[in-house]
Amino acid sequence: MSFFGFGPSAEIEILLDGSDTRKAAELKLEDGRKERFPLYYDGETVSGKVNVVLKKSNGKLEHQGIKIEFIGQIDLYFDRGNRHEFVSMVRELARPGILTQNASYNFEFVNVEKPYESYTGSNRLSDLVKEQEICVHTLAQYPDLNSSIKMEVGIEDCLHIEFEYNKSKYHLKDVIVGKIYFLLVRIKIKHMEIQVIKREIAGSGPNALNENETLAKFEIMDGAPVRGESIPIRLFLSGYDLTPTMRDINKKFSVKYYLNLVLVDEEERRYFKQQEVTLFRKADKKRRPIASNMIERGIFHHRTAQFGGPQPPPQQPQQQTVESPELETGSTHVSPAMPSKPVAAAGQSEEPDDDEAEADDDEEDEDEEPEAEDEDNDGDRQEDRDSKNGQL
Amino acid sequence: MSNQQQQQQQPSATQRLQPKKQTMEDAYSPPANFLEIDVCNPETHGLNKDRYTDYEIRLRTNLPVFKLKESSVRRRYSDFEWLRAELERDSKIVVPKLPGKALKLQLPFRGGDGRFDDEFIEERRKGLEEFINKVAGHPLAQNEKCLHMFLQEQTIDKAYVPGKVRTT
Repeated sequence: MSFFGFGPSAEIEILLDGSDTRKAAELKLEDGRKERFPLYYDGETVSGKVNVVLKKSNGKLEHQGIKIEFIGQIDLYFDRGNRHEFVSMVRELARPGILTQNASYNFEFVNVEKPYESYTGSNRLSDLVKEQEICVHTLAQYPDLNSSIKMEVGIEDCLHIEFEYNKSKYHLKDVIVGKIYFLLVRIKIKHMEIQVIKREIAGSGPNALNENETLAKFEIMDGAPVRGESIPIRLFLSGYDLTPTMRDINKKFSVKYYLNLVLVDEEERRYFKQQEVTLFRKADKKRRPIASNMIERGIFHHRTAQFGGPQPPPQQPQQQTVESPELETGSTHVSPAMPSKPVAAAGQSEEPDDDEAEADDDEEDEDEEPEAEDEDNDGDRQEDRDSKNGQL
Repeated sequence: MSNQQQQQQQPSATQRLQPKKQTMEDAYSPPANFLEIDVCNPETHGLNKDRYTDYEIRLRTNLPVFKLKESSVRRRYSDFEWLRAELERDSKIVVPKLPGKALKLQLPFRGGDGRFDDEFIEERRKGLEEFINKVAGHPLAQNEKCLHMFLQEQTIDKAYVPGKVRTT
């Protein structure tokens, strides 16, 4: 419900249909407060009633027309003046005239495309759908091809490890299962931890603002390993406040998630390897209404390729054997307690590798038999959420 | 494969990944990261104004990057200063600080032995030991010729050609 004053003569009230039964979701507002808004999905109808209440029972309100707008917009905190609208629909409720009594108008925005999920960032991006007071969740089906991530990284002659995560795409309540295998250990490791890092990228090009937030830290090993040891990883994502990965939303911002594996040696030197993982919001079992012809055709096509064998077992994952990079080539970084001066191309240069990896996945789609895992249960329908989310 | 069979064979979402078996040798051999450096046995040489103190630098290791698995050399404070300057210039690490110079102690009116005071030498010895262990354990410092010369050659040739150690 929302009230907008209309000067002294009348008050306007917007009531959304089914607000008592509809699920609500919490969004953190700019000032840090959390507020609940009714939850809508892409393609859902947004309908309700507009009540115009005249202040004085025998008063009259002369107006130039009454309309209701459905707006989806992106606000970038640092770019306050500019609000970017990506959805805008208008319904005229009444022609210009005079209201002599309270009036009520029904409205219905049918099958509204809500391509982007609501997101409130610490990079100070405000809600996507704030003015409407509704919250949008973008749902994705369980991805067909979800290969594991397996890589060998290290520092020449000092530390070589092979890490493996069972998937590259996880849903928000998923479990990250993996292992770290030690190929060469010539340093004295004290402990090892895994971190979940969220990176918000606002704007683009040279003005892009990055903000990293470590959402979780989880120690997975205490003590010094030797060659040949395997350390298991099991990280439950439902304990953390996560959103889906967002790529280049309206060309304005992205939200990406990384797993950061950190080894600490006896002298507090830190060795780490960051790896991007894609997070998505899994749909419930119930089917959603089909919003357009295009999607219908898409489903039909995927169904013919659907029924198939088990998910590629972890023993034969998509092999990404990257040779242990020298420090100089940069996906592994040594950061000693005495901080090192920036190494050429060090740190975050693993993005190109990730993109490559993703490209490979797509190409191999034809040959792989996509799985129909029962526990996840949404293998029946696939939709290419990516194009809707603006991913190229 | 029928659907039913598939379900029975599918791993649960949280099942551990299959690890590679570790050999007995790997499991029970001494770890490949053994490196111990002691700074000990301080000795003061010379007389009166020309005195100086040096320390024994004793190294034991099984790291392949060190040519000698055991070595013992004697070094004085200024040698440590030389090493620190070389590493700052050539390696990409920010080198830790050395224990302090003895400037305050060398003032004429100060009582005691100044920088040959037992207490001072012991403090310095500890600081040097901490310094050399931190440095020698750093993977990037291990690539520098100057470090190996400092640790394992009897004399430091200050006219050496700086460079990296070639990995075998």
